[in-house]
Amino acid sequence: MLSDRTLGHLRDVADLPDLNGTRYELIAPLGRGGMGRVYRVRDRELDREVALKVLSGPVARASVERLQTEARVLARLEHPGIVPIHDAGVLPDGRAFYVMTLVRGSRLDELVPSLKSLPERLRLLVRVSDAVAFAHAHGIVHRDLSPSNIMIGPFGQVLVMDWGTAKVTGQGGPVDQVDQVDRVDRVGQVDRVDQVDRVGRVDHVGRVDHVGRVAHVATGAGVVVGTPGFMAPEQERGEAATVDARADVYALGALLGWLLDPANGAPGDAPRPVAAIRERATQRERGMRYPTAETFGAELARYLDGLPVEAHQETALERVARFGRTYRVALLLVAAYLFMRILLLLIGRI
Amino acid sequence: MFPQTRYSAILRLRAEDEADRRVAWDALVTAYWRPVYKYLRARWRLPAEHAEDLTQEFFARAFEQRFLDDYDPAKARFRTWLRLGLDRLAVNEAKASQRLKRGGGVAMTSLDFVTAEGEVREREIADDSDLDAWFQQEFVRALFGRAVDAVERECHDAGRDDHFDLFKACDLADLDAAERPSYKTLAEGRGWTVNDVTNRLAGVRRAFRGHVLRLLRDACASDEEFEAEARALLGDGRN
Repeated sequence: MLSDRTLGHLRDVADLPDLNGTRYELIAPLGRGGMGRVYRVRDRELDREVALKVLSGPVARASVERLQTEARVLARLEHPGIVPIHDAGVLPDGRAFYVMTLVRGSRLDELVPSLKSLPERLRLLVRVSDAVAFAHAHGIVHRDLSPSNIMIGPFGQVLVMDWGTAKVTGQGGPVDQVDQVDRVDRVGQVDRVDQVDRVGRVDHVGRVDHVGRVAHVATGAGVVVGTPGFMAPEQERGEAATVDARADVYALGALLGWLLDPANGAPGDAPRPVAAIRERATQRERGMRYPTAETFGAELARYLDGLPVEAHQETALERVARFGRTYRVALLLVAAYLFMRILLLLIGRI
Repeated sequence: MFPQTRYSAILRLRAEDEADRRVAWDALVTAYWRPVYKYLRARWRLPAEHAEDLTQEFFARAFEQRFLDDYDPAKARFRTWLRLGLDRLAVNEAKASQRLKRGGGVAMTSLDFVTAEGEVREREIADDSDLDAWFQQEFVRALFGRAVDAVERECHDAGRDDHFDLFKACDLADLDAAERPSYKTLAEGRGWTVNDVTNRLAGVRRAFRGHVLRLLRDACASDEEFEAEARALLGDGRN
């Protein structure tokens, strides 16, 4: 009889990518990403190790196209904070794959206990914001920012990973079109459904104005995309068609809250300006949030530079305290000078 | 790539032609009798002989009364539906408090209850909160067992028993990941190069995957169920 342990191993074996005839040689599985698994492989032609992402199980055409879209999205984003793509294609077993730089490092959720100071945490988040802002500038919204999708390299590189659920904006209407929906937990108001070939289990359907022949239930029609706790309210409501860059701003704010949480090793209470930044980024009404990841990152950078932030109205005392922190060294030198002058004056009179 | 649509055994059970239904029924029995038997033993604590009778009765009724015609893939997975049907049969059996005779007139595919009984004793009896997962695991065990048998036959027919032996040493042994032999060790023991081991193992594994997907497809009622089951078995749906 096959033992449970052997069964577990055989399940991994059955899902291994067929690299026969390709330039890649399998080394070891690395983990699971959105839609598939990632493996460490050797590129025989360039004699280097890279990461290969492939879909799990047999896949419908829509899933293949989705992975290929992910590869094309990543290929457009050349930024130090976004992992570069090297290759993409279809394996001999028919599964789509793409190859990216092998990131050696730790996920943020694993690394966070070692980040002891608040400035260190905030600087990291500024770099994440930079990468996300770059994507936004190219019309791409990540939609699934979370601590497990951020990698920190051995030399402090910060990389935003797993763009499998990214949305390309500015193309009019829903972009992620899938031919199959396995499970729909919640469908809000649906204004139009064109054609659906198949729908899996549906737990709740709200108001539906019109259903014709349904060929696809796109993310715009109520499929929830994202990680609980980091998803913007509009994502939780399944309004994926209208999700824009402000959903990522919400996620960045949620990440900030996560970094400020003492349960995640944050040192002490959050300073009021930083708490105000988090609060503004995570406003339920997206019009009240920072409009872009760039403005969010700029606010954090201003705080780190000892400058006032837009989200927080300082009191006079806070202004003085900030001035004192920013110019601490200069003030100490001036104070020391004055002290010496007074001392010398007194000694002279004695 | 996604395999061409083929009618699964479950769908073929609805064929008008009895010969077609018989072939489909044999495929269904082969796929499910082990988990059904073990479920009756583990969940309903039926004595071995009683569970044997009920297993055969269940499939006999499925064929004679065509109650699988009532199955609607939109409402539930086939395995869940089947398990609930088994529960109903077992409850009715308990109420009637009498042993059921084997289904009359329906010749049953030869079932190795002795081996299955041995597997029941080796496995921890599931508690009631875990029945779906337990039934799933037994289904997977039976499915993989048949895929392994198919690969072994294929290798033997191709004169590649040594390839299957390699697969057996590397992937079928009950070992932790750290204990599994390295490709270097496997190569040295056989007078092969590491490249030989890599290529030959890849070939057998490819065949194994192909058989797993084929057998799984046959045990599902629709393309959607097959894709969902395959993802659950191999992909992101895994626990």
